[in-house]
Amino acid sequence: MPSAPPFEDHSHQEIKYSTCYMCACRCGIKVTIEDNKVRFIQGNRNHPINKGVLCAKGSAGIMKQCSPARLRNPLLRKPGTERGAGEFLEISWDEALNLLSERLAHIRATDPNKFAFFTGRDQMQALSRLFAEQFGTLNWSAHGGFCSVNMAAAGLYSLGYAFWEFGDPDWDRTKYFMLWGVAEDHSSNPFKIGIEKLKSRGGKFVGINPARTGYQAVADEWVPIRPGTDAMLALAMVHVLLSRELFDWEFLIRYTNAPFLVVQTPGVAGDGLIYRDAAGQPLVWDLQKEAFVNGMESSCHPALFGEYTTPDGRVVKTVMTLLAERYLDPRFSPAQAARICGIPADTIERLALEMAHVAFKETITVDVEWTDWAGRKHDRFIGRPVSMHAMRGVSAHSNGFQAARAIHLLQILLGTIDCPGGFRAKAPYPRPVPAPGKPAKHSAPNTPLDSHPLGFPTAPEDLVIDDNGRPLRIDKAYSWEAPIANHGLMHMVITNAVNGDPYPIDTLLFFMANMAWNSSMNTVNIQEMLRAKDDTGEYKIPFLVVVDAFHSETVHFADLVLPDTTYLERYDAISLLDRPISEPDAVCDSIRHPILELDRNVRPWQEVLIDLAGRLKLPAFTNPDGTPKYTGYKDFIIRYERSPGIGFLAGWRGADGSQSLRGEPNPQQWERYIENQGFFQYHLPKSHRYMRFANRDYLEFARDAGFIAQAEPIVIELYSEAIQRFRLAGLGLYDGPQPQDPVDRERLATYFDPLPDYYEPLEQQRIDKTAYPFFAVNQRPMMMYHSWDSQNAWLRQIIAQNHIYMNRAKGESLGIHDDDWVWVESHNGKIRVQVKLIEGCQEDTVWTWNGIGKQSGTWGLKPGAAEATQGFLMNHLISELLPPKAGERRLTNSDPITGQAAWYDLMVRITPAAPGEEGVWPTFENVTPLPGAPAKPDVLRYNTRTRS
Amino acid sequence: MRLGLVIDLDTCVGCHACATACKEWNTSAITAPLSDYDPYGREPSGVWFNRVRHYEIGEYPNNKTINFPMSCMHCENAECVTVCPTGASYKRPEDGIVLVDQDKCMGCNYCSWACPYGARELDRESGTMKKCTLCVDRIYDESLPEEERQPACVLACPAHARLFGDLEDAQSAVSRVVRERGGYALMPELNYQPTNQYLPPRTRPAIPTHDLGRGSLARKVKEWVNRVVER
Repeated sequence: MPSAPPFEDHSHQEIKYSTCYMCACRCGIKVTIEDNKVRFIQGNRNHPINKGVLCAKGSAGIMKQCSPARLRNPLLRKPGTERGAGEFLEISWDEALNLLSERLAHIRATDPNKFAFFTGRDQMQALSRLFAEQFGTLNWSAHGGFCSVNMAAAGLYSLGYAFWEFGDPDWDRTKYFMLWGVAEDHSSNPFKIGIEKLKSRGGKFVGINPARTGYQAVADEWVPIRPGTDAMLALAMVHVLLSRELFDWEFLIRYTNAPFLVVQTPGVAGDGLIYRDAAGQPLVWDLQKEAFVNGMESSCHPALFGEYTTPDGRVVKTVMTLLAERYLDPRFSPAQAARICGIPADTIERLALEMAHVAFKETITVDVEWTDWAGRKHDRFIGRPVSMHAMRGVSAHSNGFQAARAIHLLQILLGTIDCPGGFRAKAPYPRPVPAPGKPAKHSAPNTPLDSHPLGFPTAPEDLVIDDNGRPLRIDKAYSWEAPIANHGLMHMVITNAVNGDPYPIDTLLFFMANMAWNSSMNTVNIQEMLRAKDDTGEYKIPFLVVVDAFHSETVHFADLVLPDTTYLERYDAISLLDRPISEPDAVCDSIRHPILELDRNVRPWQEVLIDLAGRLKLPAFTNPDGTPKYTGYKDFIIRYERSPGIGFLAGWRGADGSQSLRGEPNPQQWERYIENQGFFQYHLPKSHRYMRFANRDYLEFARDAGFIAQAEPIVIELYSEAIQRFRLAGLGLYDGPQPQDPVDRERLATYFDPLPDYYEPLEQQRIDKTAYPFFAVNQRPMMMYHSWDSQNAWLRQIIAQNHIYMNRAKGESLGIHDDDWVWVESHNGKIRVQVKLIEGCQEDTVWTWNGIGKQSGTWGLKPGAAEATQGFLMNHLISELLPPKAGERRLTNSDPITGQAAWYDLMVRITPAAPGEEGVWPTFENVTPLPGAPAKPDVLRYNTRTRS
Repeated sequence: MRLGLVIDLDTCVGCHACATACKEWNTSAITAPLSDYDPYGREPSGVWFNRVRHYEIGEYPNNKTINFPMSCMHCENAECVTVCPTGASYKRPEDGIVLVDQDKCMGCNYCSWACPYGARELDRESGTMKKCTLCVDRIYDESLPEEERQPACVLACPAHARLFGDLEDAQSAVSRVVRERGGYALMPELNYQPTNQYLPPRTRPAIPTHDLGRGSLARKVKEWVNRVVER
C-alpha cells in the first residue's frame, strides 16, 4: 500500500492578508504566495465581512492575475489612424502624463466642465470625487446611475440608510426574510452566510423574482412576479396590513413622521407641505392638550389619525391619515395587484399576514438598556424579526424609486427598522432624512467647486440648472429631467456629449467602465457615437481617455489608455468616507497592499490621480510653494484630513496609533493595518446596536466620529416633503424655480408623489404591448457578478455562453423548443439568440445573463471564443432614450425622479428564426490585438509547485 | 474511519465556490496541475474534481431549482479501484479516501467507466486520471492551523452547505446531521456504498395567520380611535 502523499513544502511560502476585489463585496482574503505567484486565496476567518468563506470569484482571482488581457503599457492611438481601429503605440508614462496634464491644465484654465470624469465599478470614489471637485468640473459621477441609485435614494429619503452597503438584515435573529428581485449582484458572501443562518434556525425565506435562479433556488417560497410591478405588490400588502390594523402604533408615533400634519390646500401654494411653526418645527395634534404642538418635543402625545383646522383656517391631516386614505383604496387591493403583478390575490394577502404574525406574535427582545433621543431609559430593544432586501431588480426600473420606497413603507409599518431581527443600519449610517449636502452648481476656471459634485436636493433651488432652467451637467443630473439624480447619469454621458446637449466637451475619462459595451444601453449606436465626427472632421468627443487594468471593448476606442494594476498589486483604502464595509455591530474599514511584485509597466490609478493632481496644482494636493503636497497615494491616505482628525482610514489614528475613528494622522497607519490582517473594526457597545435613528448614545457617538453633524433624532419619513416640493414646481405652485417645458411639468406632477405609488414603467407606457408582449430582464450569474471579466480562465469554463430563458409551457405554446434560434425584437432593435426553456421563469418574462457576450478579440480571448460567437448582449435592444413622442424633446430612459437607467423596463417579442437562420446576430468585427499582447496558451497548467 | 462530505441541498445556492476553491487548491497540490484546455478559446474546458449541476423539479409555478455539487463519493465498494489494471487507484484503509497514484496511472479510463458518479477525470496533458483527494494534503498537514485542516471546498462554501467528517463515527457532527435531517447517499441501489451524503431541502410548517386582529375597513379613517402614545 502506498504511503500517504507528502504535504506541501511551505518553506518558500508567505501568507499575506488583503481585501478581495473580484467583486464589490470586499471580503477579507488570506493569500499564500510562492515565488511571486499566488498559491492559494482563501477567506480570512477573522474578517467581519466573510468570516472565512470565499466565493467562486474570490478563488478564481489567480486566473485574473495571469490573464492575457492585462494591459502592459500606456497606449496612444496611432496618429493618423481612426478611433476604434485599434491601432496603438506604446508610450512611456511620462509622455502619457505630460500629454494628459497639458490638455487638462488648458481645460481647467478655460472651462473646467469640458473635462468629464466618470468612474465605473471602482470603490475609491472619495478620491476621484475630490480630484473632480478640486479640478472644478461638475461632470463627475460614478456608475450608480445605471446600477442601483433608486434603491440608495429611496432608502436615504425614507430611512436615512439603504439596502446593502448601508444596511443588512439581522441575519442572527430574523425569522422571515423577503428578498425582492435579483440580489446576487451585491452582498455575495454575507448573503449566503445569512441565508444559511436563517434556514438553519427554521426561518422562512420568500423570494420575489421573475426568475428562480441564484439565491431564489433555496427560497422556501418563490413568488414569480411580473418585472416592474414590485411597488404594486408591496402596496397591496400595505393595504392588507392597514385594513386589519396590523401596524406598529408606537413605532410610527415615536420614530416616524406619521403623526406630522400635512397642509391640504389643493391648487394653492403650500399644498402638501408639512404644517410647521414659525421656527420651522413640524407640528402635531396633541391628544391631551388638544392643540397643535411641536412634534419634535418628546413630551407630546400626537394623534396618529385625524383632520384638523389650523388657526388660519387651513385643513391639515396627519401623514398616517393620508396614507390610510391612499392605500385602503380598492386600487391597492390584492385582487387589483393580482392583475398587475401576476400573483394570486390570496398569496398576496397570506404573505402580508405571515409577516404581521412574525412581527407582532413572534416579537423578540434583546435585553440591553438603552436611552432614546429624549433621554428616556428603556430596559430592552424590541425586535420584530421580519427583514427585507432589494437591489437592482427593483432599482433598474423607471418606477424603481417609488417601488423601493414602497418596500421601505412596508418595513416601517411592521416596525422592523433597525430593531432586533429587522433591517439594520451599518455605520456611518443612518444619516438625517434626507441626507445633508447639496450638489455643486458653480464651475469656474482654475477654481475648485464649492461643494461635492453630488448631493441630495430637497427643493427645486438645489437643482444644477442655469437661470433658463437648462442643465449644467453633461449628464443632466439634477435637472428637471432627473431632479434627485444622486449618483449622476453616467449612461447618458456619451449620447449627450456627442449631441452637444447641453454642451460639447473636450476630454472624457472613463475609469473601469465598459461604456462601449455592456455598461451602455444601445451598444451598437454607442460605438458609432464614439466614432462620430463633426463637419470639420474632429471627433465629437475630441479626446477619450480610458483607465483600466484589462483590454475591454472600451479600451479599443480610447485615444489614450492608462493601464491600472490588479487588486493584488496596489494599495487601496476601503474607506468610511467612501463605500463603507461596516457591519451592523461594528464600524469597519480595510485596505489592500501590494502582495505581488509588478511585472508590467502599469501604475495604480490612484497613484496616477495623485500625480496628476500635483502636476495640475490642485489646491488640496499642493503646498503653498506650489510643490506637490503628497508623495503618492500612501502618503495621501495617511495625511489627508477631511476635517480635523477624520481621514480615509479610521483605524490606528493619532500619532502613536492609539485612537480609533478620529485622531491626528499616524505615519505608521498602513503598517498597523497590514499587521492586523488588513482591516479595522470598532465594535459598537451593545447599547448602540439598534434603534440608532433615535438612540441617544449612538447618535452622540456618531457625531463624535464625524458620521453626522448633530446628535439629533433621525425622523423616518413615510411622507416625503422634499418630493412634494418638486411636485408643486410641476403644478406651478412652487415659490421658486419651476420648469417651463410642459413635459417636465407633467412628469413632476405625476411621478413626484410624496407617498410611494405604483405607475407603469415609462417605456412600457409608450410601446405597443400587444406587439412586444414579454418583459425582458437580465442578471449576472453568481460566479461572475461584478467580477467584470469573464475572460477568467476558470470562471468561463462554468459559463461562456448565454441563452434567452423562457417559461417552458409558454415557449411550447409558441412552437419554440429548447435550443431553437429565435429573434428577440424590441422597439429599439433585434438580436438572434438561442433559447432555453425552463420552469423557473415567470410566464410573461424572458431573461438572460448579461455581460457574457464579448466583442471578438477583447478581454484576452481568442477570436472565435464562445463569448463572441455564441454569447450575446441584450443591451442592443435597450435604448438610452424613451421612444419619441410628437412635440416633445427626447427624454432619457430613466427613472423620472433619480435618473436611474431603466434597463429592466424592456419589452420584446420572440419569434422563431427561419430555417437555416442560425448563430448569434449581430456580430462585431474582431478587435486588433494590442501591441505586446501575450500569446494565448492552448493549454494552461497553472501550478506553483514546480520548483522541485 | 470513513472520511467524507455531507452536502446540504437546502442551502446550496449553486455558486460554484466549492468547485473553484477545489480547482485552486488542487492545481498546485498532490496531483498538480489540473490542466485547462483552450482556456481563452471557443470551448474552454479542464480538469475539475467537483462540479455543480443545476436541476429543476416540478412544474411552474410549483417548480424548484436544485443545485447539486458532485465529486468523488469515496465509496466503500469502490469499483474504480477494483477495475484499475495498474494498481494506481487505491482506497486508504485508515480513512477510506480513494486516491490515484499518479506515478502508476496510465490514463486508461477504466476507473471513469466504473464510476457512476462521474467523479474521475482524465488529464490529457499528464495522461493520468485525477479525482477528489478530500484534500488529503490539507486535512493532515499539521503545519496548517487546525481549523484549516479541511478540504478547500468546505473552507470556502459561503452557505456552509458542505460538512466534512468521519461518517463511520455515529457521534460525529456529520453523522448526527445525516440522522437528524434524513441524509441519503446517491444511487444506493448500485451498492457502491458512497461515503458522501446529501441532506434534502427542509420543509417548513405554515406560518399561522388566524391569530391576528381584524380591524375594520368599514369605519372611516378619521373616525379611528387614536391611542395615546408619548412621542
